[in-house]
Amino acid sequence: MTKLIEIRDLSKVYERGKQKVEVLHSINLDIEQGDFLALMGPSGSGKTTLLNLIGGLDLPTGGSITFEGRRIDRLPAGALAKWRAAKVGFIFQLYNLMPMLSAQRNVELPLLLTKMNAAQRRRNASIALGLVGLADRAAHKPTELSGGQQQRVSIARAIVSDPMLLVCDEPTGDLDRHSAEEVLALLRALNSDHGKTIVMVTHDPKAAEYASHTLHLDKGTLVEQAAAAAA
Amino acid sequence: MKYLHLVWASLFRRKTRTLLTLVSIIAAFLLFGLLDAVRTSFDQAGHSANGAQRLQTGSKLSFIQTLPQALHARMLMVPGVKDVTYANWFGGAYQDPRNAVFSLAVAPNYLDLYPEILVSDAERKAFAATRTGALVGERLVERYGWKIGDRIPLQSTIFPNREGSKDWSFDIVGIMRSGDQKNSAFFDQMFLLHWKYFDETTPYNRGQVGWYVTQVNDVNQADRIAQAIDAISANSDHETRTQTEQAATAAWMKQLADIGLIVGSIMGAVFFTLLLLSGNTMMQAVRERTNELAVLKTIGFSDFSVLAMVLAESLLLLVLGGLLGLALASVIIPIVSANSGGMLKLPPVGAGSWTLGIALMLLIGLLVGALPAWRAMRLNIVDALAGR
Repeated sequence: MTKLIEIRDLSKVYERGKQKVEVLHSINLDIEQGDFLALMGPSGSGKTTLLNLIGGLDLPTGGSITFEGRRIDRLPAGALAKWRAAKVGFIFQLYNLMPMLSAQRNVELPLLLTKMNAAQRRRNASIALGLVGLADRAAHKPTELSGGQQQRVSIARAIVSDPMLLVCDEPTGDLDRHSAEEVLALLRALNSDHGKTIVMVTHDPKAAEYASHTLHLDKGTLVEQAAAAAA
Repeated sequence: MKYLHLVWASLFRRKTRTLLTLVSIIAAFLLFGLLDAVRTSFDQAGHSANGAQRLQTGSKLSFIQTLPQALHARMLMVPGVKDVTYANWFGGAYQDPRNAVFSLAVAPNYLDLYPEILVSDAERKAFAATRTGALVGERLVERYGWKIGDRIPLQSTIFPNREGSKDWSFDIVGIMRSGDQKNSAFFDQMFLLHWKYFDETTPYNRGQVGWYVTQVNDVNQADRIAQAIDAISANSDHETRTQTEQAATAAWMKQLADIGLIVGSIMGAVFFTLLLLSGNTMMQAVRERTNELAVLKTIGFSDFSVLAMVLAESLLLLVLGGLLGLALASVIIPIVSANSGGMLKLPPVGAGSWTLGIALMLLIGLLVGALPAWRAMRLNIVDALAGR
C-alpha cells in the first residue's frame, strides 16, 4: 500500500478569549491509500478537529500534514480550496445539502469548480446518483427525501469529482439503524470497489466495524500511540 | 454563467421576502423613471421653438412681471407672425378659496389662436357682445352645475375691482369644449373673461398684459421669430423671453421651484431607503445561509468565489427589480401623458435614463452586497459548520 497521508507531531491549539485550549497534542499518523480508518473517542477528544485538519478545513498550530508528498498545512487559502476540490470529498452528520437545490443540482455543485460543461456535469452527477441508488430521486429537493436518502445524496456529492479521500464526520449519527447500515455499506463499497481512502469519525462501535481499522483519541492524543509510548 | 442557477436559487430561497424586496425595488425604479421623465421634460422644454405653431412671450425677469399692451401692435409687424393675442392671469375661486377656477382675462381674438377650443358661433358672438361675459369649460359647468345665463360670483386671489372688493361677477354666455382631448383637455376646466373688462375694472392693471401668444406662419421659422420678438424689447425695462408654450409652462414651474432639486431630493430619499431595505434583506439572507456558504467553501469554492456569488446575488436582485421598474415606467409614461389632456408631455424613458438607471442599479447592488459578501468571504469554515 502507498502512503497517502503522513501526519507528524501535529498539534492544534484553540484560543477561546484569553484561554488557550490544546485540542490535539503531538499526533503521528500514517494513512495508506485505500485505507478505511475509523476515528473514535469521547466528546471533546479532538476527533473532528483531526478530521478537519486532514480534510484541509483548518490549519494546525504545529507539526505537518503531507498528502501525496505535498505539505497541505503550508498551502495558502486559495490553493488549499483547490486541493480540497480536487482531492477530498466531505460527508457530514447533518448532510449539509443546499435546501433550495434538487438532488441533481446538489451533486453537481463540486463540478462547478471544474472545466466540465453543463451536459458533462449533468451526466456525471446522474452517474454518482445512480451509484448511491438515487437515480430516480434526482429532481427531488432535500426536504422531499428521507434522512438516509439525503445522506446518500451527500455521498454522491462527495464522490462526483472522483476525489482520492473521503472525510466523514459522524455520517450515521443522525440516521436510524437501517439507514445507517445502508450508508455504511455504501462507504465500504466505495472503499473496496472504487479504492477510495476513507477517514470516518464515529461514536458508534457498529459503524467502526465497517472500517478496516480503528484508532482511538482521548484528550487530544491517539490512545494507541500513548500506549506504545508507555510500553 | 454556470453559477447563475445557484445564485438564482439562493436569491429566491425565501420567496416572500425576496418578492417583497423586489416589489420595493420595482417601485423605486418606477418612480425614478417617472421623475426622470419629468426632469427631462423640464430640461428639454424650450431648447428650440422650431416646430411650434404658437409662441408665448412673457417677461424675461419673472412670470409675475407684466408687459405693456402696446407691444401687441409691434409684435404683429414682425415678419412671419400670423397673429398675436394676449392674456392675464385672473386667478379666481368659486364660493370657497379651495375651489380654484383656472381663469384668464383674454384678448378678443384669443379663441382665433386656439382652434382646439370649440365654442359655437352664437356663443362667441354673445361673448364678444357681453362686457361681463365669460366662456366656461364644460367640466367646470358639470362640476358646479352652472348653465348659460347664470351670473357667477368669482373671488380673485389677487385683483380687486373698482370698489376695492375682490368679488367679481360674470355672466356665462358660452361653454367651451376641447376639440383635442389628447392634447388640450385642460381647456375643459378653464374660465375666460374679457381682458378689456378686467383692465378697466381693476386698478392694479393699466394697459398691462401677462403674456402674449403669437401664431407663426412657418413653424420652421419659430426660432427666428422668437428672437425678433425679444429684440423689440431688448434693453428696455420690460425685456421679454419668447418660447414655446410648453417651455413657458416649464419656465413658470422653474420659477416656482427647482424641479431638478425636488426630483433629486425625492430620488435620494427613495434610494437611501432602498439601500437600507435591500441591504437588510441581503444581510439576513447571508446570515441564514452561513452553514451553506461554509459547505460551499468546504467543497472547494474559494473565498473570492463566495464573495462574488453574494455580490452577484445582490446585483441580480437590484438589476431584476430595476429593469422591471424602468420597463413599467416606459409603459406608464405614455399612458400618463395621453391621459393628462396635454397638461403633461413626458418624454419616453430614453437612453440617458436607462443608462443612469442601470448605473444606479449596479451601484446600489454593489453597496448593498458589499458587507454581506465581505462577511461571507471571511467566513471560517470550522466555526460556521460548528454553528459558532
